[in-house]
Amino acid sequence: MSYLHQTAPIASSARVMRSVSLACLPGIAAQTWYFGAGVITNVLTGILCCCLVEALMLAARSRPLRPTLADGSAMLTGILLGAALPAGTSVWLILIGAVAAIAVAKHLYGGLGHNIFNPAMVGYAMLLVSFPVPMSLWPDATGFGAGDVQNLWQGWLGQLDASTLDAVSGATPLDALRQPAGASVIGDANLSSPWAIISLAWLAGGLVLLAQRLIDWRLPLAMLSTMAVLAALLNQVSGTGSVAFHLFNGATIMGAFFIITDPVSAPGHRRARWVFGAAIGVLVMLIRGYGGYPDAIAFAVLLMNLSAPLLDQLCSGTHRSATDAPRGNS
Amino acid sequence: MSTLERLQRWLGLGGSCAPGIRPDTRKARTRDLGIQRAPLPPQVSLALNDNSHKPWAETLLEVNDGDWVRAGQRIARPVGHLALPMHAPISGRVNLTGAAAITSTREHASDAPGIVIVAEGCQQILTMRPLAADHASPEQIFERIAEAGIAGMGGAGFPAALKARAAHRAGIDTLVINAAECEPYITADDALLRHDAERVVSGALILARATGATRIVAGIEDDKPEAAEALSAALATSSLPADVVIIPTRYPSGGERQLIDRLLARRMTPQQLPVDAGVLCHNPATLAAIHDAVIRGLPAITRIVTLAGQALSAPGNVEARVGTPAATLLADAGLDTSRLAKLIDGGPLMGHQRSLASAATTPTTHCLIAATEQELPSPPPPSPCIRCNDCVPACPAGLAPQQLWWHTRVEDDARAKAHGLLACIECGACDYVCPSHLPLAASFSDAKRRLRVADAERARADQARARFDARKERMQREHDEREARRQARKAALRRPAPKTPADDHAPTSSAPADLRSLRIAQAAAKAALRKAEKALERAAQQQQPSEVLADLESQQSTAREHLEAANAQLDAARQEAPTS
Repeated sequence: MSYLHQTAPIASSARVMRSVSLACLPGIAAQTWYFGAGVITNVLTGILCCCLVEALMLAARSRPLRPTLADGSAMLTGILLGAALPAGTSVWLILIGAVAAIAVAKHLYGGLGHNIFNPAMVGYAMLLVSFPVPMSLWPDATGFGAGDVQNLWQGWLGQLDASTLDAVSGATPLDALRQPAGASVIGDANLSSPWAIISLAWLAGGLVLLAQRLIDWRLPLAMLSTMAVLAALLNQVSGTGSVAFHLFNGATIMGAFFIITDPVSAPGHRRARWVFGAAIGVLVMLIRGYGGYPDAIAFAVLLMNLSAPLLDQLCSGTHRSATDAPRGNS
Repeated sequence: MSTLERLQRWLGLGGSCAPGIRPDTRKARTRDLGIQRAPLPPQVSLALNDNSHKPWAETLLEVNDGDWVRAGQRIARPVGHLALPMHAPISGRVNLTGAAAITSTREHASDAPGIVIVAEGCQQILTMRPLAADHASPEQIFERIAEAGIAGMGGAGFPAALKARAAHRAGIDTLVINAAECEPYITADDALLRHDAERVVSGALILARATGATRIVAGIEDDKPEAAEALSAALATSSLPADVVIIPTRYPSGGERQLIDRLLARRMTPQQLPVDAGVLCHNPATLAAIHDAVIRGLPAITRIVTLAGQALSAPGNVEARVGTPAATLLADAGLDTSRLAKLIDGGPLMGHQRSLASAATTPTTHCLIAATEQELPSPPPPSPCIRCNDCVPACPAGLAPQQLWWHTRVEDDARAKAHGLLACIECGACDYVCPSHLPLAASFSDAKRRLRVADAERARADQARARFDARKERMQREHDEREARRQARKAALRRPAPKTPADDHAPTSSAPADLRSLRIAQAAAKAALRKAEKALERAAQQQQPSEVLADLESQQSTAREHLEAANAQLDAARQEAPTS
């Protein structure tokens, strides 16, 4: 047993969570810049709901509240869930998402460190399949001023009627991919488009995490390079969008650096991590190109979370020491 | 390393990049201070059979309460083939009555019988007759090392003589001087090498010659350039080819297996011992003790201890008698008890916490750390594993501690074993990096102990079955023989032939054949004894539990009895044979 413990740069799981949360700020800021204050209400509501559900679940499991709430994992789940939802999502949806994320995906599986699935993605996917209409209503990327405070408040309470919602929302480029006429949108891989700027902001946060060695570089590299290769191939075959289009649209960058790098639900073995990242890249491209949903990060991640233990087992196998025949005693 | 291999390592596809950790070494305060001789303590306390279940700690006290003993006098004799004798560290009066109050510094030793010697009278050390190292036979050297009670001074405290005998028998080619001293704080070997490298080299040469090693390789970390230089200078005059290899400072580079792999590129499975790789490995302190025992006839009653920690105003390296109370040593080093938060026997990664009131140095104490709370803060309570994998690059044995933890936590030891648990050297590097502050190494240590006990139980059951089968077989054989004799007698009775003197001589007429079969039996008994001895030593070196060792020991003594019986029979037959 060691009496000496590493003090820097990583002191505790709580500090890991805090650092990752901080690294989300550039991405959230950029999203707010384009989609308005709804992003901020999403994130704050996400944190609030996730911490609330976490506290309730801890109480129900008669576990001490303080250490677990203080570790910041529920806060991080709330941030990621809030950032993934369309700006200005109502509190009810977020609460349902938080229950799916924290109560079901995390605590029913045994709490932090035991969850098979990434909690934020479970919450997101659950909302996406249950409430497809509000989940596809992204406001137009018209800048910070979008919508007034009145709309924001009513939207938060879920009291905006469908027509108002339709009026303020527009199709994202990935939605356009689903329309036959969307080819023109796809064609230009404009790095100054709102989605590209948002992706670059998430990328900046991700690079900070890499520099702090808080995430494994193999995961984003495997996912993004696989997506790039596949995007180039599929674009030639069926015109499903250029490499830059796929890398800098939707939640690709955020997923690559903040979602799939969650160590709990990713495999532990290094070789398995390459496979894990690459497989997510393949799934994302297949679902985007030929599936029923515009963005595919959540489903791809969840499918691969499911296979992470298997990957670990296949890639690590039996340790050499356990297979070596005992030395003959002659 | 080829470029491809390097690329593979970098991508994490094969092997691993340099394992281990780089904690702050914290050696600066004591590394340049040399070695002070500690004043003779007013009393020493020694643990007799400390409950460590290590067979070499089993001794039988030879003195009585109130006896006056001389420093260096043997006060406890070894029990069995593996144990070490114990010598009085100081001259004085034996006190056994206070034994209950005494605890050794060892773990689980609170109820170990102890012995206190209160200093009194002439303090001259009783020495053994010096040996002429150049002319002594290997067996004489090993015998002397055993008599002097020398245990490995690095950690486990395994008897040096047993290790040397095993090496001699297996035929090794290299003696490794393990001067890595990789754990933070500890500077005892560093100081010894800087001030007395000749003694270390002399001990190494004695041991190399006795075991048949043809070269000496020393491994030392690059943060000890002065010691490396002193060692090189001393080795330059050695009669054997010698090498000093500077290795990067990285914990735990001084792990025996890790060092041998690093220096000689020889890997061992967890079942293999260094002798199987043709290597005998010792740290400088042990080699110096071997020199003292052989050349000067000194028993192992002193050792160099680093006194470190921020609660000391005058830290340093002291040569202290074994059994010196930690309180005495630390008081001399300027201990401020108000600042003392933890007293650690050993290094900060592998050591054990002790209480100041009861701790005393043992033959394996190389460091006492009087740490303040700021220095070695207690970690926050453990939180769940988040599988961050930081422990994987830290593990020197190439294991995935987080995977092992998953299994040892629920005592699924079989699966942990399949993931390589037995290769764990319990260095604590995973504890050091774990952001969740999980007690990983302790959990692995427990799991290994459980596996050893289970193995021992299985072995005992097997042995009981074998014994039962052997007994059944013997009884059947005896019955058959009786039956055959009876039949023969019956046949002889039925034969009407008169009794002739020739009949009386019938047994002796087969004397030559008997002699041959007796010789064969004797040779077989000899081989069986050798095999039993070897099995016992190997089991002891692998730290098998005492039950296994006891069984092996009884097997060995049975084999010895067989051999003696065969010898006696052969002698008797030989004396008879010429007369016929």
